[in-house]
This record gives sequence, structure tokens and C-alpha cells, in this order.
Amino acid sequence: MVGIAAWGAYVPRLRLSRKAAASANAWIAPNLMGKGKGERSMANWDEDALTMAVEAARDVLGPGDDRSHVRGLWFASSTAPFSDRLNAGIVSAALTLDRAAASADVSGSQRCGLTALAQGLNAVKAGAVSCGLVTAGEHRRARAASTQELDFGDGAAAFLVAEKDLVADLLGHGSYTADFVDHFRGADAEFDYHWEERWIRDEGIVKLVPPAVEAALKQAGLGPDQVTHFCFPSTFGGMAATLAKRLGIPAAAVRDNLAAVMGEAGAAHGPVMLAHALDEARPGDVILVAQFGQGAEALVFKVTDRIDQARPARGVVGSLADRKEETNYLKFLFFNGLVEWDRGMRAEKDNKTALTTLYRNEDQILGLVGGKCRETGVVQYPRTRISVAPNAFAVDTQDPYPFAERKASVTTYSADFLTYSMSPPNHYGTIDFEGGGRIFMDITDVEQGDVDTGLPVKMVFRLKETDEKRGFRRYYWKAAPDRAARTQPAALAAE
Amino acid sequence: MAAGIRDKVAILGMGCSKFGERWDAGPEDLMVEAYLEAMQDAGIEPTQLDAAWFSTHIDEVGTGKGGTPMSLALRLPNIAVTRVENFCAGGSEAFRGAVYAVASGAADIAIALGVEKLKDTGYGGLPTGQAGTLLPQVSPNGSAPGNFAQLASAYRAKHGVSRDDLKRAIAHVSVKSHANGAKNPKAHLQKAVTEEQVLNAPMIAEPLGLFDCCGVSDGAAAAIVTTPEIARSLGKRNLTTVKALQLAVSNGMESQYNGWDGSYFHTARIAASKAYREAGIERPREQISMMEVHDCFSVTELVTMEDLHISAEGQGWKDVMNGFYDADGQIPCQIDGGLKCFGHPIGASGLRMLYEMYLQLQGRAGERQLSNPVFGMTHNLGGSPSTNVCSVAIVGQEGA
Repeated sequence: MVGIAAWGAYVPRLRLSRKAAASANAWIAPNLMGKGKGERSMANWDEDALTMAVEAARDVLGPGDDRSHVRGLWFASSTAPFSDRLNAGIVSAALTLDRAAASADVSGSQRCGLTALAQGLNAVKAGAVSCGLVTAGEHRRARAASTQELDFGDGAAAFLVAEKDLVADLLGHGSYTADFVDHFRGADAEFDYHWEERWIRDEGIVKLVPPAVEAALKQAGLGPDQVTHFCFPSTFGGMAATLAKRLGIPAAAVRDNLAAVMGEAGAAHGPVMLAHALDEARPGDVILVAQFGQGAEALVFKVTDRIDQARPARGVVGSLADRKEETNYLKFLFFNGLVEWDRGMRAEKDNKTALTTLYRNEDQILGLVGGKCRETGVVQYPRTRISVAPNAFAVDTQDPYPFAERKASVTTYSADFLTYSMSPPNHYGTIDFEGGGRIFMDITDVEQGDVDTGLPVKMVFRLKETDEKRGFRRYYWKAAPDRAARTQPAALAAE
Repeated sequence: MAAGIRDKVAILGMGCSKFGERWDAGPEDLMVEAYLEAMQDAGIEPTQLDAAWFSTHIDEVGTGKGGTPMSLALRLPNIAVTRVENFCAGGSEAFRGAVYAVASGAADIAIALGVEKLKDTGYGGLPTGQAGTLLPQVSPNGSAPGNFAQLASAYRAKHGVSRDDLKRAIAHVSVKSHANGAKNPKAHLQKAVTEEQVLNAPMIAEPLGLFDCCGVSDGAAAAIVTTPEIARSLGKRNLTTVKALQLAVSNGMESQYNGWDGSYFHTARIAASKAYREAGIERPREQISMMEVHDCFSVTELVTMEDLHISAEGQGWKDVMNGFYDADGQIPCQIDGGLKCFGHPIGASGLRMLYEMYLQLQGRAGERQLSNPVFGMTHNLGGSPSTNVCSVAIVGQEGA
């Protein structure tokens, strides 16, 4: 048997109030006022499809340092940052996966998140890999005052696919391909171009999804009435219910598509809905997840008794609970590059990245790996040939020591209004780690007044800088408030 | 320990340009201004100079990376010009080179000159720079005030000082320096300010407001040094001699090791202790007559008072509030206005500090003159609290 051994998710903390967005645009798009309900997730300026996919993957893998069991990696997105640079390679480096593990980017359609999951499962089934990691992230841009702007959301989900210790057995997989262009985005285009909704619904979804679902159910040997969770993302109201009715799936099985609380995270949304179903599933439940896109991909799982032992630290439920409402629509426009704004001369700095330096220091930069001295036990970042321990002068005694999953706290900080920042004031400071080591680094996901000495923080993988001139993105780690730890100060102090 | 530099080298002459937003002057003009004053003070001809040390930091907007800008600007007689930079402590570094050249016998007379032309960038504050190819990929996108503001958070946490108390103490640091700068015609900022003005100024990097930050200035300063014997042979009396020159440099203990709490300068403590030993000073709080410290930001000056072993640890803010470092206090600090008001042309600042100590020791400080100073100390820092170079120099009356 193959299936899902663990799952995880990530939804950015900021939630744009749709009412705020619709109201801001009501003068030019009064029709949008009807959509001004609920909220959509909104990536911080330093988040993209890839960083969110890394965070979801970390939720799957947990805090353990040993990730050698992951033998294959699939990264799915229709908004991957690079067209020609293995995006999964960045994910792999950030997660410090074994370099001998296979990796691939999966893209090209809104269903590619589920395609990647199917590929991962099939690779395990074929015996090509014993255990694989599938992660999907999406950060879709839409024009200001468009319906997509309100419908879309940002987010990611990830799964560990394996042949043992499964929380959900794969029972069936169906796929269907038709060049039905409901929308498209050309290789050089910034935004999607959409065709008429009624045609997409009646001629597209209703006709092209059932063949994939029926194939999956047939393989599973299950009838539609046996489905207990039906996950089908669509921004069209009642679409999943319509489809369920046509397929014979019980209406009660149709799952909330999270439109009200996060919006639709494109190619990651099928995976997000699947992760959400797992969050809430009981042993024996049958989960059917399908997503539309030039045909459809459908997968059927049966939840095992292990489900309660493998729940992620965050999942979709935890992600949705960690939220901060954003009512400043302009901030959303700035973060999504939809406004040409005066960044000041300090932003003119050339952000050309020395690729030689990046590669030479790959584990330091992308993996946040430092060193631990075999002789003194001193932990330090970065790893260096001569130990930093004062007047110890041990040479070549350090083993790689990953910092990304360690608990940490703020030792010094400032909120800097002078330096260029997409979200001023720019916070940064000295971060000390439990078990030793310190890094002077950016602090993200905070506002003025949030940071103080002693604040518990966790590491998050983020965009460091964008080289707009050359189309390159730099990634690095930042500290973000560990809001879960802050609610348990006594426990932390005891450690 | 080595015998040290005490009384082996004397200052023959010094010069300092007007600091400020010198829209009228390029780096060459600034160098000439400081140089001519120093040469006139020394009373020598250019051909008597044996060697030169040249300090400038941000060459991209200044002068270039070699020794030629100084030699060309001053038409030096083809002598050695060594260009040095050590972040904001380059001026002290140039002085150290010239002094050591004289002490070694390699030169009879040597000149140290520092210059910085900062106001050609088009914006306020220090120019943003790249620090190689690795640091931009990992270091926060910060600024000098943001880096130094880190001290405040750590100092508050360590000593249990409230936000308001610390904010008020650092405000007093700036109020005092503005009062001093108002008496200095060469200073960039010559207006006194009130505590309310400082407290209510726009925030630059928490908790540092506009008046907690030093001036970003154009300027140059120069020192001509020789042996006491040669100085006397040239007719000089009441010599100001070098008592100590120390430089301590971070090795990662602060930034990469958990032993440092972020509230002080590890290097300054080491450099100060060594400097007192070299100068034969045992009780700095009583013996030091005056100081010029690296007050790039008010909070830097406050913690430095402790790092120089003048104020007890955790008590610096109280000494500041009690006026210990005011012009009429026990150890006047930044009597010329400091970096805060005299200004901070990076490569020149270390020499500018020595210029004020020299003027005071020579009794030529005009309206700012203190009574009978014996030892003057300069503290010149480069880098950030966690990674820096710290120079501590002591000059004084010969034989003291």
C-alpha cells in the first residue's frame, strides 16, 4: 500500500479584509461590493509560492534534523519564482534534504498540485523512491479591482508520501486531459486572462472533472456514496455541490472550500483542501480530492488509524487560526507589486547576487546550517575552520549543525525607519538559539511594538531581496514571533 | 607587555577643516584646508615630511582607493603615502601609522590625514554599501542607527532601565553635545537644543530619534608628529605627547558566540584597559581630564562611558543624567561637540577628536578651553556593536 504518511500546511498570517478591498475599489468597480465578505490570505512582501511551500514542508517534516528518509521531492506551483532554475532545488536546500534525492518542479496548470501528489505516490508505488515529499505553494497575482483579486488567496500544503506508517491509503487515482482554456497566462504575461464563467462551469468543470473522479473511484472500488470528504476547489459559488450531485456524492461530504477565510490558493488549493480534510478526518473516512485544469486530477484516500498520531503542529486549522486582519488595501497592492511607489534612493542599491558565493555557502544561506565543535561543544553560525570559542583555537573540529528548527529568542533589536524596507520599520536583531549559537538577522511578521528583548522567535524561510534588474530572488531565513511559544512562557523558561 | 608608545612621539601640529555640508568643497579642498592649518601650526616645509598616512573610508563617493588622492591634493614631495581604512576608526589608524613610523625611526616627521566627502550621494545618512558578496545575502538590510540602537534594547534588559529613563539619559547626551557644539565655529551643527526637542524628534531607529544621531558631514583633519627631541629643536615647548595607542578588533565573540549580551562594546573594554596600562594611568575616573568618544549615536556614548571604565557598569546613564560628562562636569566629554555636532566625516573623525584634545592641552581651545587638562582620551569606533574595531588613544602633557 502507498499513501500519505504525514501532511502539513501554511497560510500566511495576513488576511486582507474583502470589504476593505471592495470598498476601496467601489468607485470604479461597484459590482465587487457584493463580494466584499470574509477575508483572503495575503502573503507578506517577503513570501512567495516557494517560501510558503517550504513552510508547509517543514510542517510535514517536523523539527527533527534527520531528513535522510526523503528520497524524492516534488514542488508544484503555477507561480514558481524561476522559469529556469530548479525551484525544487531551492526547497531541497532550505530543507537540507539529501542531495542524492530526486527532485522536480511540476507546473503548467491549476491542477498541478494534485498532479505532483499523484506523481509522488506513483513513484513510491513503482518502487522508485521509498519516501517522497510533495509540496505545493501558490502566490497568484491579479489586477487591481478584479474579481480574482478578491477570490484568490495565498497558501501552501505538503505531504509525505510513503509505503508504510500511512495516515491515508491511496485507493485510486484518475486523470483526464482536455485543452479547455478557461483561463491562461502566457509565458511572459503578468496576469491571467479569463473566459466566460458560465461556459467554464457548464462545458468545462461539469463535463471534464467527472471522468477523472469516476476513474479514481473505480480504481478504488468505491461508489460515490462512500465518499465522506469531497474536496474540490472552485471560485464559482456552489460548484463543488453541483459536481457532487452530478457524481452521486452525498451533499454532506462536500467540504468548505475556505473561500470565506483564505480564498483560493490556485494550484495549491486542492492540496490545501486535502490537508484540511486530513486535519479533521477520522479513521475510516474516505477523502476524494479533485482539481480542475485542462481536464482534472482526482485522488481517493482512506484514512487509517494512525491519523491521530501524525497530526502536524500547524496544519490548515492551525494556519487559519494564526491570523491578523489587514484592512489596508494599499498595503496589499504594494506587497503584490501593483503600485509604482517612491522607494527612495536607498533602494537603488544593486542587488546582484554572486552565484559563486551563493553556491559555496549553500548550506549556510539556504539551509541555515552552522557548526558544532566536536571538542568543546560550542555551537556557532556560520561554521568556520577555526572555532569562535574565545581563545580555544580549535581547528577543523566542527560538524554541520542546522539552526532552522531550533527555538530562539531576541537578545537585541531595533525598529529601523531609515533603511529601505517594504514594510517599515525594518526589524532586525541578535537572535540567540536554545542549545547555543546566535545570528544577527531580520525579524519579519511584526509591527512596531511587537518586538522586545526575550521575545520567543522561530525561523522562517523568506525572500531576502529581489534583483529586479536581473529577475533573481535571494532567499534566506528570518526570525518571526513564535506566537505559540509566547503563550507558554513558563514552559520555555523551564527549558 | 611591550614598553609602549608613552612619550616617544609628540604632536608637532594639527589642522582641521570646517565640518559640515560642504557643498563648496570636494575632498581635495577639505584635505588642503586641514593640511595648511597643520603645516602652519607645525612650522615646517613640505619637504620636511618623511611619510604620510591617509584615511578615507567610502571611496565610492570620495577619493579612490590609493594613496594618490592625498599626494595629488597636497603636492607631497613623492613621499610614501599609505592609505588606511578601518571603518569609522580610520582616522585613528592613520595617526597610529604615523606615530609608529616616527617611534621606529623610519621617519623624523610624519603626517596623518583623514578626509571624507559624504555629501555627494543625494540623500541623508551614510551611503548604503555592499560588504562583499556573502554578507548582503545574509545580513539584515539595516542602517547604522539601526545597528547601534540594538545597544539600547540590550542595555535596558540587562540593567533593568525603563524605556523612559534610558530615552531621557540618551537625550541628555545629545543636549550636552549640542551645547558644546554651539561654541565651536568649525562644528557642523552649532545650535543648542532642549531635552524636549530631542525627545520629540522623529524616530530614526528605535529608540534613536533624529537628535540621537550624529551629523553626516564633509571634513578633513590632520596631525603632524615627530619625536619630542625634534619638536624641541624646532622651537616647540609644552609638548603634547602620545601616551597610548590601542586598537582592539572583534573576532566573532560578540556576533557568533553566546557570551556577549549586546549591551556594551567588548573591544572598547579591552582597548581602554590596555591604553591605561600603556599610559601609566591607574585611576581613569580621577586622572582623565577630558574625552572625545565615538558618539555616532547617543546610546553609543552612554555605554562607552562604562566600557572606558569611567562609569561603573549599569551606572553610566546616571552619571550622564548627573552632568558628570557635561562641559562643567568632572570629565567633560565631547567638549568640541563630538561626532554629534562637530560632525562625522568618517575617515577624519579619529583625527578630529585628537585635534580637540591637542587644542585643549595647548590652551588654544578658545571659548571651550578647560582649565589645566593633563590627559585627553579619544575613543574611535568602527563597525557595529557586534563586529567592530575600537581605537583608544591617550595624549597628554609631556612627562605627565
